[in-house]
Amino acid sequence: MNSRQPIKLVLSDGTVFEGHSFGAYRSVAGEVVFNTGMVGYPQAFTDPSYRGQILVLTYPLIGNYGVPSDEEELGFKKHFESNAIHISGLIVSEYSDLNDHWASKRTLPQWLQEQSIPAIYDIDTRALTKKLREHGVMLGKIIADVDVPLEDPNQRNLVAEVSIKNPCVYNPDAAGPTVVVIDTGCKYNILRNFIKRDVKVMRVPWDYDFTTLEFDGLFIANGPGDPKMCTKTIEHVRTVLEKNIPIFGICLGNQILALACGADTYKLKYGHRSQNQPCINLETGRCYITPQNHGFAVNAKKLPEGWKEWFVNANDSTNEGIMHETKPFMSVQFHPEAKCGPVDCEFLFDVFLEQVKKR
Amino acid sequence: MIEKPKKALILGSGALRIGQAGEFDYSGSQAIKALKEEGIKTVLINPNIATIQTSKGLADKIYFLPVNEYFVEKVIAKEKPDSILLSFGGQTALNCGVALEKSGVLKKYKVKVLGTPVTTIENTEDRYLFVKELNKIEVKVPKSIAAVSKEAALDAAENIGYPVMIRAAYALGGRGSGIAKNKQDLAIMVNEAFSHSPQVLVEEWLGGWKEIEYEVVRDAYDNCITVCNMENVDPLGIHTGESIVVAPSQTLTDSEYHKLRELSIRTIRHLGIVGECNIQYALHPYSEDYRVIEVNARLSRSSALASKATGYPLAFIAAKLALGYALPELKNSITKKTTACFEPALDYLVIKIPRWDLHKFKQVSKKIGSEMKSVGEVMAIGRKFEETLQKALRMLQLSMRGLVGNNLTFPDVEDSIKNPTDQRIFAVAQAIKEGISLEKINEWSGIDKWFLYKIRNIIGMENTLLQYAKTEIPIEIMRQAKQFGFSDEQIGFITSQPEMTVRKLRKKQGIIPAVKQIDTLGAEYPAKTNYLYTTYNGTEDDVEFGTKKSVMVLGSGAYRIGSSVEFDWCCVNAVIAAKRVGYQAIMLNYNPETVSTDYDICDRLYFDEISFELVMDIYEREQTTGVIISMGGQTPNNLAMPLYKEGVTILGTSPLSIDSAEDRNKFSKLLDSLGIEQPLWKESTSFDEARKFAEKVGYPVLIRPSYVLSGAAMNVVFDNESLERYLKIASLVTPEYPVVISKFETNSKEIEIDAVANKGNVLMYAISEHVENAGVHSGDATMILPPQRLYLETIRQVKKISRQIASALKITGPFNIQFLAKDNQVKVIECNLRASRSFPFVSKVFKRNFIDLATRAMLNEKLPKLDKSSLDLDYVGVKAPQFSFSRLKGADPMPGVEMASTGEVACLGSDLYDAFLKALISTDFVLPQKGILLSIGGDKNRFKLLEDVQRLEKLGFTLFATDNTYQFYAQHGIKTTLLYKAQEEIEPNVLTYMQKKKLDLVICMPEEYFPVESGDTYIIRRYSVDYSIPLLNNIQLTKLFIEAIAAKGMDDLEIKSWEEYH
Repeated sequence: MNSRQPIKLVLSDGTVFEGHSFGAYRSVAGEVVFNTGMVGYPQAFTDPSYRGQILVLTYPLIGNYGVPSDEEELGFKKHFESNAIHISGLIVSEYSDLNDHWASKRTLPQWLQEQSIPAIYDIDTRALTKKLREHGVMLGKIIADVDVPLEDPNQRNLVAEVSIKNPCVYNPDAAGPTVVVIDTGCKYNILRNFIKRDVKVMRVPWDYDFTTLEFDGLFIANGPGDPKMCTKTIEHVRTVLEKNIPIFGICLGNQILALACGADTYKLKYGHRSQNQPCINLETGRCYITPQNHGFAVNAKKLPEGWKEWFVNANDSTNEGIMHETKPFMSVQFHPEAKCGPVDCEFLFDVFLEQVKKR
Repeated sequence: MIEKPKKALILGSGALRIGQAGEFDYSGSQAIKALKEEGIKTVLINPNIATIQTSKGLADKIYFLPVNEYFVEKVIAKEKPDSILLSFGGQTALNCGVALEKSGVLKKYKVKVLGTPVTTIENTEDRYLFVKELNKIEVKVPKSIAAVSKEAALDAAENIGYPVMIRAAYALGGRGSGIAKNKQDLAIMVNEAFSHSPQVLVEEWLGGWKEIEYEVVRDAYDNCITVCNMENVDPLGIHTGESIVVAPSQTLTDSEYHKLRELSIRTIRHLGIVGECNIQYALHPYSEDYRVIEVNARLSRSSALASKATGYPLAFIAAKLALGYALPELKNSITKKTTACFEPALDYLVIKIPRWDLHKFKQVSKKIGSEMKSVGEVMAIGRKFEETLQKALRMLQLSMRGLVGNNLTFPDVEDSIKNPTDQRIFAVAQAIKEGISLEKINEWSGIDKWFLYKIRNIIGMENTLLQYAKTEIPIEIMRQAKQFGFSDEQIGFITSQPEMTVRKLRKKQGIIPAVKQIDTLGAEYPAKTNYLYTTYNGTEDDVEFGTKKSVMVLGSGAYRIGSSVEFDWCCVNAVIAAKRVGYQAIMLNYNPETVSTDYDICDRLYFDEISFELVMDIYEREQTTGVIISMGGQTPNNLAMPLYKEGVTILGTSPLSIDSAEDRNKFSKLLDSLGIEQPLWKESTSFDEARKFAEKVGYPVLIRPSYVLSGAAMNVVFDNESLERYLKIASLVTPEYPVVISKFETNSKEIEIDAVANKGNVLMYAISEHVENAGVHSGDATMILPPQRLYLETIRQVKKISRQIASALKITGPFNIQFLAKDNQVKVIECNLRASRSFPFVSKVFKRNFIDLATRAMLNEKLPKLDKSSLDLDYVGVKAPQFSFSRLKGADPMPGVEMASTGEVACLGSDLYDAFLKALISTDFVLPQKGILLSIGGDKNRFKLLEDVQRLEKLGFTLFATDNTYQFYAQHGIKTTLLYKAQEEIEPNVLTYMQKKKLDLVICMPEEYFPVESGDTYIIRRYSVDYSIPLLNNIQLTKLFIEAIAAKGMDDLEIKSWEEYH
């Protein structure tokens, strides 16, 4: 039994959860959110959408299969969704400091410590989750040695923090079409999905003016925080809407497309962060199990004429996707690229690329 | 929108047997509920009378008839259903359905198969078709070649390369399967496999690969989800039914998990399953390479487990989908708000461990492998692997305190790990203690090191605890120990302190378990679920306590030989009765195969240990009015005194009375004081004393060790030598724990009474007679109700004695007494102050719910006036045992004093023969058409059967006999054909005739009562089981059978529903 270093989580309502440290022993503030997925922590932690958040995992045993290598493929890390861990802190019931998975190169605590991420175990994560569910997401702080003030990450421009700084091109010699990917915090697996479909990908910063470039399709990525912060992105998308170039968005991309076409977004009480969200395609009636990670949502009632809801959440009826009635503009709130989670909706990349190729 | 059927036929699974157990009572009951809700009339065929599904208030019509082509066709012709459900009654129902489709019966009567179509079922069951279909969608399967002859099988193995896996198609739970390392092995195995199935598969051997399963649900509109995945702790090579299984998977990455999930969905969509199915994978331990092992196109053992593990009602949903509903149209029955089209997120883990009873069969190997031998299972829920594993090991009720703290040692730990037995996990723990590296253990067992790390943590905790021998354990250590699933008793054992000392200390330290809900969504949505478990890895309760007056019912735990679905029926009925009279009913049980663990049955379900510790913890929290311990068989009954001593209110008969009946010495003295006869008995504190008594009364004698020593079974011994061996080796006799020895009588009839009393007055009773004479365990006996062949005087005495005992012990609630009767002299052999195995049988035959009455009496409610004349019946019920000897290689199929049957059936008939034959056929007994073999030990037995054998001759059967039997009947003018015994190796030989199926009934019994498990008759009995030839091994049973077939043929057997018998 190793020595146990006390550390605690303090919520904005004053509730304290005391546990033990297994990451970097330091204090940090953030927005406390929970995820109910049972696998996929290496992908989840590196998902830029988690920027500024202290993540609670409801599945009690985390770290069972270790952490994979940093090897690169296609120009970026093969096993992760970005270059670094984006969560501010981690809360679990129990972690594994040992594992025997063939793909593992280090343990979870080693990885967290490498990247200076504080982490707490020995927490009744179910009790904590119930609290967040009842009150809605709350600000909170992990307190190790020193106290830190609470801080609302949504006041910051999180997208600017996670976006690349200069444009770059992948698969430059592709025979297929060219798609501009606005990096509002883009997960690598979105890039992988385009590249493996033989698309030339022009990845541009969130505020980059790409509207004068030559391209066949526009993709608006996922990303952290309040979509209304992305004013420049919204403007650029508006320009493209007028040009009739096919557009596809995922997660934050759904919200940005909605704002660009004139609809509205709002903050959910505690968001959707899980791998089991059922979404119904209103065109076909088919229901898909989708992975999700978002705190804001599109208000579908405010969609302007010519637009309609594409997908809707079968549990709480929130919007899960929008599309234009006649033009090739569409987006979804969930993650067809998965990583982590079910891959049922990966075909949506094909649906988009068909539109792109038609052009 | 949906065109609903008007009347649906549901096929049950029949008797519980190895490979097909209580899970199908659960799935069938759910299906019936789902159909009833839609206003569809339901007709159920199931001879398993002890099930919930065959109870009043579920199916509209119930037929206690065999689930086979013949009887199902008769019922279809009579009831004219417009549709049929095949997926809810295990392999039995599925096979029967496929046969009915093939023979054109379903078409002829215009019966539509609901849910998965028969062609899909065939594509999953026929290996050749299965491989062909999966190849079409680029899903990998093990290299596999189907063979219909021995030669073809040998060729196939050469082609694939040894070792190879052998499987029989269309077989229950892997029957006839195994691993052949070489040509010689294969030749033997193939012979046997062909006796179960016309097709044998030779396959690539994937030993050591991870074994992963997914439960998949699909609707007719192609919505498809995986409800749960599971990982076997024991890698491939051990049948999943024999493996320790954890849900969800623990060592799979996102990529592996979702790769297999996607393959599941692709496969199930392609196959066209409508409803629920199970898909099994082998996953390479060091890459993402995989094989699909099989798809079960029906509800299965794993789906019952997955339902309980997740709270997702798979069977209920599957039934709705079979009617044509789309998944998103159905609601999640836990949240009642969210949709059923989702995949549960668990915030806990579950571990399933099989329960074996191999020690009951001397000649059966304890090794486990690719064939199923286990008879039941337990499921534990927790928030740490260590906690959950230790809970599960205790739940098995095999006297284990957890993973450690047991009196177990393995002389050759390497061998015990390499060649797994039912105790391998304990050998792994010992190896770790001995300092053997985890790498070595992983190499020997194939168990992923992640699991070994967790197991090592338990041993580490034990070492920590050892430092606190006889001293107060500090609060931090205590908390950690509890978080690792150590029980108070286990901590006490390790630190040499009484359990109560540990309990008091931990309560003083404020360490009590948290009560958590299972809500399917990881707390994401509010859920009003009553499905609960306890854990020390949590600080907050999800529910409030003590708001309503409540009563707690203790369940029966794992199904095992001697305690099975009948006790679940009793528990469920007690719960229903308690609810009806205004109590909040709290159920405690941990068997995932049961209906009592369906959260819609009770007000609160604790899926947790049935132990003194847990009952106390829950009782103190819930502040219940009292605890019912008399419905779940011996497991809860054993808690009577410990709970009573702690001041727990035990409802019904006082624990002091229970103790008087359980303690053989006290009970025998009580009988003496009441002037009630019993076999001669004596309490002995030493071997010499025991020997003297045995010599005086004459062998055989029955020995009962003190009931305080749990796990020590009673035994019959036949001479001084075996008496000494038994008593000394097991150290069963000490001055502290005397044994009771009694004369073991075999020439008497055996009679049972099942009754309900209130404050010592008998309210209702049922007297049944056994077909077999005493000496056969009551659980293995064929029972007749009401008795057909008893003297009135005997019945009068039975009633009188029962009243005396009820009054002396002030019984309130259910009880059962067993008697011996000879020439109107009645002796008491056993008395249980709890519901017995036969309560559902007598309740259903009499159409009087004994449990309902007993529960009301225990709750001090007003009792209905009973009209005893209504117990006069114009029909007969016969209950017959179901054995699983074909799964227990080497066991002598000969019932004795230890119970051996794994299940039972019962049928009703207008007379004894009618009911008897139907019951026998329900246990897979096929009436003979051609050749009958007689091999009867001893002239006395041969003479007793003389008239009956003459009758067989008159009936026109071709009779065969072995040497002495042949001689004896030849002398009495009966012509039989002589067959040589197997070991004589001369033709015509018994073995050849069996192999060639020239015999379709074997009548074979030894000369003396006691089973020899060797010698001629054993071999014949064993072969008859191995070649699936019906066997009669008891004189009284044989006589009744011959009388019955002389009186009735198949056409004479009545096709009447339960309702039609008044």
